[in-house]
Amino acid sequence: MDPLGVVLVAAGAAALLFLPFVVFKSNRIVPGNPCTLAQVLPAWGAFGCAAALALAGGGALWATNARVRLLLALLGVVAVGAAAAAAGDALTPPGDRIVRIAPGGAFWVLIVCLGLLATDATTRMRPKPAVRVLFLALSLAVVGLALARGTFDHLSVMREYAVNATRFAHEARRHLELAFGSLAAAVVIALPLGVLCHRKPRLKPGILGTLNVIQTIPAIALFGILMAPLGALAAAVPLAERLGIRGIGAAPAVVALFLYSLLPIVANTAAGLKRVSRAAVEAAHGMGMTDLQVLAGVELPLALPVILTGIRVVLVQNIGMVTVAALIGGGGLGAFVFQGIGQTAIDLVLLGAIPIVTLAFAAALVLDALVEVLDVRETRQP
Amino acid sequence: MITVEKLTKRYGETTVVDEVSFTVERGSITVIVGTSGSGKSTLLRMINRLIEPSSGRVLLDGRDTRSEPAHLLRRRIGYVIQGHGLFPHRTVAENIATVPRLLGWQEARIEARVRELLTVFSLDPAVYAQALPHQLSGGQQQRVGVARALAAEPVVLLMDEPFGALDPIIRAKAQDDLLDIQGRFGTTVVLVTHDMDEAFRLGDRVAVMSGGKLLQYDRPAELLVHPADPFVSRMTGLAERAMRLLSLITAGEAALPGAAEGPAVAPTATLREVLSELVWSGADAARVVDADGTVRGRLTVAAILARGAP
Repeated sequence: MDPLGVVLVAAGAAALLFLPFVVFKSNRIVPGNPCTLAQVLPAWGAFGCAAALALAGGGALWATNARVRLLLALLGVVAVGAAAAAAGDALTPPGDRIVRIAPGGAFWVLIVCLGLLATDATTRMRPKPAVRVLFLALSLAVVGLALARGTFDHLSVMREYAVNATRFAHEARRHLELAFGSLAAAVVIALPLGVLCHRKPRLKPGILGTLNVIQTIPAIALFGILMAPLGALAAAVPLAERLGIRGIGAAPAVVALFLYSLLPIVANTAAGLKRVSRAAVEAAHGMGMTDLQVLAGVELPLALPVILTGIRVVLVQNIGMVTVAALIGGGGLGAFVFQGIGQTAIDLVLLGAIPIVTLAFAAALVLDALVEVLDVRETRQP
Repeated sequence: MITVEKLTKRYGETTVVDEVSFTVERGSITVIVGTSGSGKSTLLRMINRLIEPSSGRVLLDGRDTRSEPAHLLRRRIGYVIQGHGLFPHRTVAENIATVPRLLGWQEARIEARVRELLTVFSLDPAVYAQALPHQLSGGQQQRVGVARALAAEPVVLLMDEPFGALDPIIRAKAQDDLLDIQGRFGTTVVLVTHDMDEAFRLGDRVAVMSGGKLLQYDRPAELLVHPADPFVSRMTGLAERAMRLLSLITAGEAALPGAAEGPAVAPTATLREVLSELVWSGADAARVVDADGTVRGRLTVAAILARGAP
């Protein structure tokens, strides 16, 4: 029997037995009534779902073929998703906008277990980078399609979305702007700094040491530290204020994220340049390339996989950290998270958190694939 | 023609290359030999200004190498290093095209030149042009390294221990190839090595360096017969000098008129090889025979031994 399968099946079965599958709440704030799968679905539905889960569990325990494991896990995910959607439809009185059908503990545990099972099976198949990206795109497309056609509309998170649709689009865009904008600014500054660290090793401890200190300051503290100087700048320079630079809001968030982004990119640029074959660099100079040609044509392309690894770290870190920017009025999906915490409305928290996790996961997967493609082609030493 | 005049390199108090002067004839191979730290690589790198000299100068066909920017000078000089230094992210064709691209050659001319060089180095363009360096064997990588250095038809080829990373059989082949290529293109070659056998095999002239000084610059036979310094004798090896001397003379040059019984040897074989053959077969004389079967003469053991003495 597969050891991972045993753990996942045990966890899933326990959750199904002891935790509610969905929670029925008569409004947004009240605790609500737990319901099991059998209580909320018609007999044939509950039976179908249980059968699919049994198949996935059997696959997890005994199947040795990774493809079979993956297919059965995906079958399980679809069954759990369909059951939740059906429960939402069944429990919501027609036309009602106040009741909330929230996915319960069993739902989340099952989704996590099946997700782990699918990830594990995918890893065992050792898919090529392009296949992994394709798989991600397909999964997102399926979920997107289900959301678009309203499959989950009666579930609590989508209820929150329905209320906040316009704001959601705005905050999501703001989230991406903050994450990618600070990344772009960091790349522009960090690449030259990394090259400098490589070319002048005496400067390296100083530069990396300073960035390291910045890295240790907690995000909230850094926002606080930045408020005073940015506020003063806005007060002293009217142009700065007209550009949106203030003590609170997006400006300190972007600056803080930018500062956090520097260390991984600078360190990886320096490390990437260091591992470039010295013979290749010497040959390049010996053949009459100028310094800039050697850097752009030989050193940076060969260091690119390592530099991209740094950018991947920063991007995932930024997507997560932008959440906190909402605390100082920076906006982003974190706004829903903190608003939800304030109102003890867990569904609102999830409306912010689920897209953030999905974004970070997708960004990591895509950049990992890119690094792998480049690494195979560019840096295997002859 | 390369003229090196009182070339000196100092790092602080240490003098790495000390007032070295010599002249390399157009179309010849000069080998610089020395132990590690003798300054031989530094000397070579001062010729293409990868290292700027502290004093002295280098003339290339009478023109001071400092009269143009260093990177433009280097585009006219081929450069091969140990471990070849191919660009791992570029195909074989792109690697070879490096200097022609820098010089702004037209694409058609670059492509023709790449094909020509690959063919000369026995690498089928259809198979290897689009290959990446890591897909080649060590010997093939080394050949591409030399082909890349020759791509823009340089008048001078500098080689810094080019065959150091190869195993003995591939190294011997690479050395033969170099002699072949050099004969074909008439390139002037300056090669650095610590391997005396390589120096004797390739060098029209050999420069022996020690402690930054040029001890002797001469034809290989002269190093054996008239060593200028005890260190030169030690480098050439007292126990082997007679054999080395024999290895510098070919059977074709030394053949005596007349026919003989005994094993057939090619005119290009060295006397060392002929002697070895005679010792092995127990014969007193060998026939020197052309590839087409014409007898060019004979070589007796006594005649060979006479050539091995100063």
